[in-house]
Amino acid sequence: MNHSPASRNSQENTPPPRILTLQIDGQDLSGRADETILEIARQNKIHIPTLCRLDGLSGHGGCRLCLVEISGQNRPVPACLTYPQEGMVISTASQRLQDYRRKILELLFSERNHVCAVCVSNGHCELQELAVELGLSHVRYEYLHPRLEVDGSHARFIRDPNRCVLCLRCVRVCAEVEGAHTWDVMGRGISSRVITDLNQAWGSSQSCTACGKCVQVCPTGALSEKGTSVAEMIKHRHFLPQLLAMRTNRRE
Amino acid sequence: MTLKHKDLQQIAAAEEQRQQGFQHRIHVCQAAGCLSCGSREVQESLEQVVADRELEQEVQVKGVGCLGLCSAGPLVAVASADRLYQGCAPTDAGSIVDGLTSTAKTDADGAGTLPFFSKQHKIVLENCGSIDPERIEEYIAAEGYAALYTVLREMTPAEVIEEITRAGLRGRGGAGYPTGLKWSTVAKALRQTRYVICNADEGDPGAFMDRSVLESDPHRVLEGIAIAAYALGAAQGFIYVRAEYPLAVKRLRKAIAQAERLGILGKNICNSGFSFDLQLRLGAGAFVCGEETALIASIEGLPGKPRPRPPYPAESGLKGCPTLINNVETFANIAPIIRRGSDWFAAIGTEKSKGTKVFALAGRVCRTGLIEVPMGTSLTEIVFEIGGGIPDQGRFKAVQTGGPSGGCIPEQYLHMGVDYESLAQVGSIMGSGGMIVMDQSSCMVDVARFFMEFCMSESCGKCVPCRVGTTQLHALLSKITQGRATPGDLATMEELCDLVKNTSLCGLGQTAANPVLSTLRYFRDEYRAHIDNQRCPAHHCSMATTRERP
Repeated sequence: MNHSPASRNSQENTPPPRILTLQIDGQDLSGRADETILEIARQNKIHIPTLCRLDGLSGHGGCRLCLVEISGQNRPVPACLTYPQEGMVISTASQRLQDYRRKILELLFSERNHVCAVCVSNGHCELQELAVELGLSHVRYEYLHPRLEVDGSHARFIRDPNRCVLCLRCVRVCAEVEGAHTWDVMGRGISSRVITDLNQAWGSSQSCTACGKCVQVCPTGALSEKGTSVAEMIKHRHFLPQLLAMRTNRRE
Repeated sequence: MTLKHKDLQQIAAAEEQRQQGFQHRIHVCQAAGCLSCGSREVQESLEQVVADRELEQEVQVKGVGCLGLCSAGPLVAVASADRLYQGCAPTDAGSIVDGLTSTAKTDADGAGTLPFFSKQHKIVLENCGSIDPERIEEYIAAEGYAALYTVLREMTPAEVIEEITRAGLRGRGGAGYPTGLKWSTVAKALRQTRYVICNADEGDPGAFMDRSVLESDPHRVLEGIAIAAYALGAAQGFIYVRAEYPLAVKRLRKAIAQAERLGILGKNICNSGFSFDLQLRLGAGAFVCGEETALIASIEGLPGKPRPRPPYPAESGLKGCPTLINNVETFANIAPIIRRGSDWFAAIGTEKSKGTKVFALAGRVCRTGLIEVPMGTSLTEIVFEIGGGIPDQGRFKAVQTGGPSGGCIPEQYLHMGVDYESLAQVGSIMGSGGMIVMDQSSCMVDVARFFMEFCMSESCGKCVPCRVGTTQLHALLSKITQGRATPGDLATMEELCDLVKNTSLCGLGQTAANPVLSTLRYFRDEYRAHIDNQRCPAHHCSMATTRERP
């Protein structure tokens, strides 16, 4: 659901979004009231790490890696879902935030099996890149390593839930862009699982159109194309902005 | 149909006359606690005895809501003689009825002077145990719906909000947000479609206040919701109640149907032009659905998962419309405030916390049950006077408040008056009102582990710190209670608590570390004994004989 001031404005015919000034990491910037802090930061070449976020999909706010500090608020907020206010002072790279991000990543690595050396996405994996960027060198917790079955029932794709980080990009791209809503989440908490249809094998899914969008947006090796071996799975994510741009043009 | 004030008075007068027709009134508790130990059979047996002796004209036997002293159920009260029979069996019916006419003293006499009852101050529970929750007439006879009538006929919405604000009522769901402020925020919202939601998704382990209120006096909650709806201009409301409370659901359904029949809910209430439709929504047993954004998602038919706030529901809630969400107990306080005035209410309690609080007193205490005390009552009074102290010559160790979001309060704070601020100061929270007393046999590490297990299994799984963080915290606590932990684990655990607290998406995760943090604060020795000496001071944990070296 879009809670941006813009959507409210369009509903009630009020003036276009205001332009605000704010400060991010000491830089004075301007931004529109309907752009998130993450969008404004990116426009100004300020890098904030993200994982569940993907341009073109609705915000999720689950990975907590894009947390930023707003002056006057004790608890950090997700940049991907927070809208600016006039005069806001934001910090995106304090020591505290960097520690939090690394520790969150450490938790993700302890949750499932993320052994890069045997993964199809080795070298092209967003989780791996984040670990390098945030300086995660070891995991202090016990690895939970649940035994999850690999689903190879689909003719073209493979699902390996052991690599899944529950970013739900696949769920969102399938529901919001493809319109099939083949994917969803079963269970809750640590036993949450991404499933196809009503937890059937992917190959027997009635709703799947085999478009492969989920595979391309998946940040790790959880979804891959059949026939790829270790380090061979390279994802093509640029299809999404292109597709969305074409759709917008057609509408206009 | 439109209900007039005269009609309400007539219903009340007829009901009073009916009650006074009986010489003796026997009340049998029919709330979940007593029902579970056979109070329905006790009531049937009493009715049978009264019928056999042809006393139906003189003796009334009726089922009532919670009588409070749940540990001693099934409870039977002789309202006409201040008697309370505890632990009744169907076979006791004869002697109870015999006792009505004899003047001989019994053990059950003078119930009102027992400290369990005399120390209490009942506002929310004023009708609990005295009226039949399934009959609207009895609620009306106890001044029920008078406040709603007054509000609809004599007060503007702004005046209602002003009255609630002046009373100083704060949300009884746990966080203590000022109710008047919440109402006025929703009332100021631009969009005209507004909703009122009653949060009856009580899920803290050991807490049963809301259930008891709904089972014992459902109309009081309906009246509070309707008053709120009028004050905010809401035409529709929902009660989100967990499906694990079948009796509460049944009585709420009955109450809503009765109120609709009399024209107290529905279209053009009391000919005031105000219409309000109230519906039930059942929760499927997820603790996180007590969090307001998850609750709204659940009502909308979506998975019960929270979303970040702001925007707060007061601005964008159900279906994107301004929405008021208050707890059962908060709504139950509304009618008395309107009836007796904000000054009366504001005179009870402490400077910042007004009124009373209902607690579910449980754990290692002689008398467990449902109690209501003024804010600021000390823990000593609650545990030792009302609760009767620790059984079996046990020694008090701590009291846990606020459920899985709260903390453990040790002996040195027993003198402390209980209100929102004082509890927060010692590292706990008021919470919804669960109060679990622990004695020397409780291991505080294991208590923390228990609550972490609860949070872990109730986490929705949306955000990483709560989903994986609670699991890892639980693993670390299990290691400690099994004697397998290393000194480094304690530091790792404290770091992880800080992470989960500050980076989780919703209140569940943000408070999940509280039981660990508060036990670490007051009972660090116990953690150390487990880690350094593989010894559980409470002799509760069975420790591994040797420690695994990493």
